[in-house]
Amino acid sequence: MNTPVEIREEGTAAVRPLLEIRDLAITFKTGGGDVNAVRNAHLTVMPGETVAIVGESGSGKSTTALAAIGLLPTNGRVSGGQILFDGEDISNAGEKRMIELRGNSIGMVPQDPMSNLNPVWKIGQQVRETLKANGLPDGPDDVAKVLSQAGLPDAARRAKQYPHEFSGGMRQRALIAIGLSCQPRLLIADEPTSALDVTVQRQILDHLDKMTTELGTAVLLITHDLGLAAERADKVVVMYRGQVVESGPSLELLRNPQHPYTQRLVSSAPSLASRRIQVAKEQGVESEDLLAPAEEGLVEAAKPDEVLKIENLRKVFKLRSGLGRSTDFTAVDDVSFSVKRGTTTAIVGESGSGKSTVAQMVLNLLQPTSGKIVFDGVDTSTLNAKEIFAFRRRVQPIFQDPYGSLDPMYNIFRTIEEPLRTHKIGTKASREKKVRELLDQVALPQSTMQRYPNELSGGQRQRVAIARALALDPEVIICDEAVSALDVLVQAQVLNLLADLQSRLGLTYLFITHDLAVVRQIADHVCVMEKGKLVETGSTDDVFDAPQMEYTKALLNAIPGAKLMLPPDVA
Amino acid sequence: MPAPRHIEHFVADFSETPLQATDKVKEDQAPLSLWAEAWRNLRKQPLFLISAFLILVVVAVSLFPGLFSGIDPTSEACQLANSDGGPTGGHPLGFTQQGCDVYARVIYGTRSSVTVGLFTTIGVLVIGGIMGALAGYYGGWVDAVLARINDIFFALPLILGAIVVMQLPMFRSNRTAWTLVLILMAFGWPQIARITRGAVIEVRNADFVTAARSLGVSKFGALMRHVMPNSLAPIIVVATISLGTFIVAESTLSFLGIGLPPSVMSWGNDIQAAQASLRSNPMPLLYPAIALSITVLSFIMLGDALRDALDPKARKR
Repeated sequence: MNTPVEIREEGTAAVRPLLEIRDLAITFKTGGGDVNAVRNAHLTVMPGETVAIVGESGSGKSTTALAAIGLLPTNGRVSGGQILFDGEDISNAGEKRMIELRGNSIGMVPQDPMSNLNPVWKIGQQVRETLKANGLPDGPDDVAKVLSQAGLPDAARRAKQYPHEFSGGMRQRALIAIGLSCQPRLLIADEPTSALDVTVQRQILDHLDKMTTELGTAVLLITHDLGLAAERADKVVVMYRGQVVESGPSLELLRNPQHPYTQRLVSSAPSLASRRIQVAKEQGVESEDLLAPAEEGLVEAAKPDEVLKIENLRKVFKLRSGLGRSTDFTAVDDVSFSVKRGTTTAIVGESGSGKSTVAQMVLNLLQPTSGKIVFDGVDTSTLNAKEIFAFRRRVQPIFQDPYGSLDPMYNIFRTIEEPLRTHKIGTKASREKKVRELLDQVALPQSTMQRYPNELSGGQRQRVAIARALALDPEVIICDEAVSALDVLVQAQVLNLLADLQSRLGLTYLFITHDLAVVRQIADHVCVMEKGKLVETGSTDDVFDAPQMEYTKALLNAIPGAKLMLPPDVA
Repeated sequence: MPAPRHIEHFVADFSETPLQATDKVKEDQAPLSLWAEAWRNLRKQPLFLISAFLILVVVAVSLFPGLFSGIDPTSEACQLANSDGGPTGGHPLGFTQQGCDVYARVIYGTRSSVTVGLFTTIGVLVIGGIMGALAGYYGGWVDAVLARINDIFFALPLILGAIVVMQLPMFRSNRTAWTLVLILMAFGWPQIARITRGAVIEVRNADFVTAARSLGVSKFGALMRHVMPNSLAPIIVVATISLGTFIVAESTLSFLGIGLPPSVMSWGNDIQAAQASLRSNPMPLLYPAIALSITVLSFIMLGDALRDALDPKARKR
């Protein structure tokens, strides 16, 4: 075998790269002809090194990694360049050779722990399958050993359980166990933690770090989070529209990004931002603009300052446990806080903390078991049908899933017009004018009116959802994970839009999120929830600078890249 | 400990991948609704084109049979002299045992089959659709009650149920296309109800329904404006396929002599009448059977084509 040996500056023969991708091109055959998903991609992974590929969805990062393990979808093929694994070109290697390599030379941890385990097989059986396929000892003890190495407590018992008995974090550990069970030399981890809570994400990544360091495994980490990439990897490769636009040592890349795309990515990465989005009025707006808010101020002075007051809110769900019996589950337990007019209050918590249940109750879509929600001085539980209708005008939601929150049968005009029509506001002509204005406000071209949701991207749909929420000139907007499903750049764009609208229209936001990094960018006040209880409240600055509770500290520590210090002009 | 490896800082040529505006709306294509997109897919499918053409022909024949055949097919005009006669000029398919023109009878028999199929489907859609939508959308005791009623009817096979009911004196004495429609409806609706219920349950928890509710749309309004339109696709597919089934059911009942009365021309009746001379002259049986098969097949093919075109999973997100 002829192996290219590089001569290093130090003059010693270098270690051969474990994985080298040279000028890789990947083409997909689609109904509309061939599409180049990846062009001119190149990257090098040395033995034992961790390299991260960062990019937005559709940038080709996962495709590149799949090509390296020979698992491209059937309509995709490597149309150019080389993939060298330990000096051997595997870009067009046969299926037989790839099967030999997979598992014991190249392992993989897939993205979604919920769908990547076979639900009808026991966990242990799935680990055993991998061991067996690679000719390793596969007795129950070996399986338990592999699982316990991945940090699964009580592994022998757990191996006998089914995936549905595992939490998301435990499933991801099982997948890591499978990926590392044959001690591969390269592990490809495709967004291994993006479906998990931040604290779990941290544990999993820490453990992955420890294991790969012990085994000397090289890791190709695929992520959309620049902060996470920089924290975990020695080297970061940035991909944009199918090409590698920049690569280099992770810290240097963050401190001194050269390519305009990397610069854009660094400046909008939420985990790296250190302060709230500055809005137009604080940046010094001309005096005529300042007149309007002043008048509004007079009107608002007459209203109570606390637009929303939540007192001792409790919600108990009855869980069915067999015929006629039920157990109580307290989703929200004695939560009280208040929201000042024109500010943003964030409710932060991990999945199952009850934060969305609070949002549903504030929206009056769910009846609290006990406690009060006082909106503008009136207890919302005392409202009759007519008053609830009026209340709906003043409090509007924005939901998490941009793909689910717009009716696919309605075009954008009908979607945004619906609230106006429902509340019988204006004439047909005036409603159309209003829709055009709303589209302007959310920075979408007016021609979007005729389009259907399936023609828009996630961020665009979310902007349509914002326009719909604004149609009735509400006072309070409840954002339930409104930016969680979006790419970093799009997320920054939507957050800026929200901040801008708040300063112009005097909106009040109740922002439900699991992402503390987003909280720092948008919120004035924070309520931290854990298991249905409110554990800490305070102004954003106080909570971030001096968290009082252990749980809050753990959450803050878990923000990837939080400890990376960046010069303020970059962040 | 070896010195840390030097990692090269690579920057691509700026001009190679120019930056695009973040999240720009694509304005180069014409707007496309779900139905417009489905139509665009269908237009290219041979399965759809063939079945749609055949169905158009069948509908035209049943509306204006006089345009396709100038011969009177009724028993009065049949001449026994022509009994079991082969094809001759002007009578391309020959004669039945009664001396009637087979071609004319096939043409004129189309109407009753299509009428029964079409009106049964419409009726089934109305009953099944309403029952299924209410059960799926409101859930709870409404669902429990409606689902049990549904199960009872579902357990009765369509044909067997119709045979039993048609034997009852009150139906036996006035058999018309409409009694047949009524009875087929009574046994045919559970399937549509089941499909509708499933589709509605899938849609009712969608965020856009919650969004509509939270901006003040009433619960029933959300069902009509958002849930139903989004549940239509699978219902249409099943309805199209079952239209074919109902035509078969009509023919089966007529064949058994308990469907349409012999005075009404229908394929089922013709097949039954041709049975008597099956050995000596199978043709009068064959032609109405072919007509029946083609009609049913085209509805089933249309349903298949629609299923592919309306599949939400195939739609780009």
